[in-house]
Amino acid sequence: MSRRFTPKVISANDLIEGDAVWLTEDDRWTRDMAQAELIEDEAHAAIRLLFAKGQPSVVVGAELVDAVAGADGPVPVHFREAFRTHGPTNYNLGKRAEGFRPRGHIPGNEAL
Amino acid sequence: MYQYNEFDEAFVRSRVAQFRSQVERRIDGSLTEDEFRPLRLMNGLYLQLHAYMLRVAIPYGTLSSSQMRQLAMIAERWDKGYGHFTTRQNIQFNWPRLKDVPDILDALADVGMHAIQTSGNCVRNVTADHFAAAAADEIADPRPIAELLREWSTDHPEFQFLPRKFKIAITGSPNDRAVTRSHDIGLRMVRNDAGEPGFEVLVGGGLGRTPMLAQVIRDFLPQADLLPYIEAILGAYNLKGRRDNKYKARIKITVFENGLDAFKADVEERFARLRSQWSGADQEILKGIEAQFAPPAFRNAPTDEYETVRATNPVFRAWTDVNLHPHKVDGYAIVSISLKKHGATPGDATADQMRVMADLADRYGHGELRVSHEQNIILPHVHKSDLPAVWAILREADLATANIGLVSDIIACPGMDYCALATARSIPIAQQIATRFEELQVEHEVGPLKIKISGCINACGHHHVGHIGILGLDRAGVENYQVTLGGDGTETAAIGEKMGPGFPAEEIVGAIERLVLGYLEIRRDAEETFLETFRRVGPEPFKGFLYGGEETADAA
Repeated sequence: MSRRFTPKVISANDLIEGDAVWLTEDDRWTRDMAQAELIEDEAHAAIRLLFAKGQPSVVVGAELVDAVAGADGPVPVHFREAFRTHGPTNYNLGKRAEGFRPRGHIPGNEAL
Repeated sequence: MYQYNEFDEAFVRSRVAQFRSQVERRIDGSLTEDEFRPLRLMNGLYLQLHAYMLRVAIPYGTLSSSQMRQLAMIAERWDKGYGHFTTRQNIQFNWPRLKDVPDILDALADVGMHAIQTSGNCVRNVTADHFAAAAADEIADPRPIAELLREWSTDHPEFQFLPRKFKIAITGSPNDRAVTRSHDIGLRMVRNDAGEPGFEVLVGGGLGRTPMLAQVIRDFLPQADLLPYIEAILGAYNLKGRRDNKYKARIKITVFENGLDAFKADVEERFARLRSQWSGADQEILKGIEAQFAPPAFRNAPTDEYETVRATNPVFRAWTDVNLHPHKVDGYAIVSISLKKHGATPGDATADQMRVMADLADRYGHGELRVSHEQNIILPHVHKSDLPAVWAILREADLATANIGLVSDIIACPGMDYCALATARSIPIAQQIATRFEELQVEHEVGPLKIKISGCINACGHHHVGHIGILGLDRAGVENYQVTLGGDGTETAAIGEKMGPGFPAEEIVGAIERLVLGYLEIRRDAEETFLETFRRVGPEPFKGFLYGGEETADAA
């Protein structure tokens, strides 16, 4: 018996910059996870993943990643994905420094 | 120091040109990621959580001042102004862009450096004692041998596709500062009864998910037999090593599953066949390499000024108490520059700091620097009369933290702040522990204590050989930290013992504080170190400190 499908986004790394990107509903790759397409249907997920993997000159390592619906777009489930929306916590570099709002919870990060 | 010869130069340049073309073909779509990935890894380029990461080898941990300046230039021009020195004497740049990497590699080649074989299933950067050619306790300088191994292993056609990565470390001192027993091959330079130079050869060490200490496969190998013997070990491993299971592919498992005796028999049989093929050309090359490691022109000068400043300036004295190591030449000291300022990221240096250290090396240290596996920088040859000046300059650059070998001199891998393999963060835990012990003002009283933190089971942070080891894991989607005690990476090597259940991030610093303060209560006297106390009393009292006396049988 297969497990019930849980909502996903498609995430990858940009080929040139190497930073985290997410696939939008209108086929763009965004640096802001809030703009990602939240996929709630398994068959649609398979099609979107094929589409993502069909862009090897744009992104690397496209995969389906668990997410949930937030008030303003998808939010990661696991803290590893939250890190990818945030950048490292030891310096103000990466996504946070570039002005993207971190999504999901990074434990102990309230003070940053 | 070693200068590239024509062959080195041509090889490294041709590799850069080759990679430049590979990057172009990746970007224009003619290479897929599956095709490109092994090519970029061969050149030290990883893809991490937030960016690419370029791992540059610092062979046997030795850097010239001009090389250090070039690393600073690279950090500023193509990265974000800093670099991270690692536990295997590499430097990692955390933010390069793919299209810039060939230019970075060319800039490295300009100063005789490269990123070749810093990844992949091949012989990695050969590491050595960071006090080589300076330490008072040394038998011989291990670096010419390490350079010979670098030349021999680089692009070696038989050993580019080993079952798994392969790490060699070498020490020329009986006091092992190179963690030889946790390497695939550990080499210890020794002399036999006749006074001839050779090696004690250890094999099958490794950390990771199955930590093992290397065992002696040859207690005395004559110097001239080294390369054929290493070739025999690698040849045996290349055939016997398991390729069916990544987690059983390291040589430690090969030795363990076959037994040391059977493995040794295979190696010795191969060695007997191979030895005669070695004409001695390698020993001629070694002589040429050795000539390039001639000691600098040490000077004979009074050290009164140093003693005077030491007697009158307690802050300087505290720094000299812990950041200096005895030099083999009278009047000289080995200076360790701490990259572990309390609250800072272990092993990170800014481009400005790199330049300050390079300038210090030029002015006071014969142009030479070292990188230690403990993620600090060393000025190996400083005359004591120059120490006050060196210290004053270090202070201005925020590099004069007096904590070498103490609680806050923590090894930490990049962890989930950067690494795609990590299961938890390491850096913030190191920062918080260091900051907490600075508040407590007890680290000088506590004395020698090595805390090592890894953010996943692969153990880049050497937690298994930390007196206190901390392993960050993902427990049901939350960072959780497991504690091991009693590990030791020196000549008295030991794998740390796992304590009970792990601690959540917000509790691990308090747990470490209880451990260390508890040790102060039970140590025999101020001379008994944390490790000695642990060895004397065993884990039980320490479990009491960790868990408040409520013994828990099930490990996390």
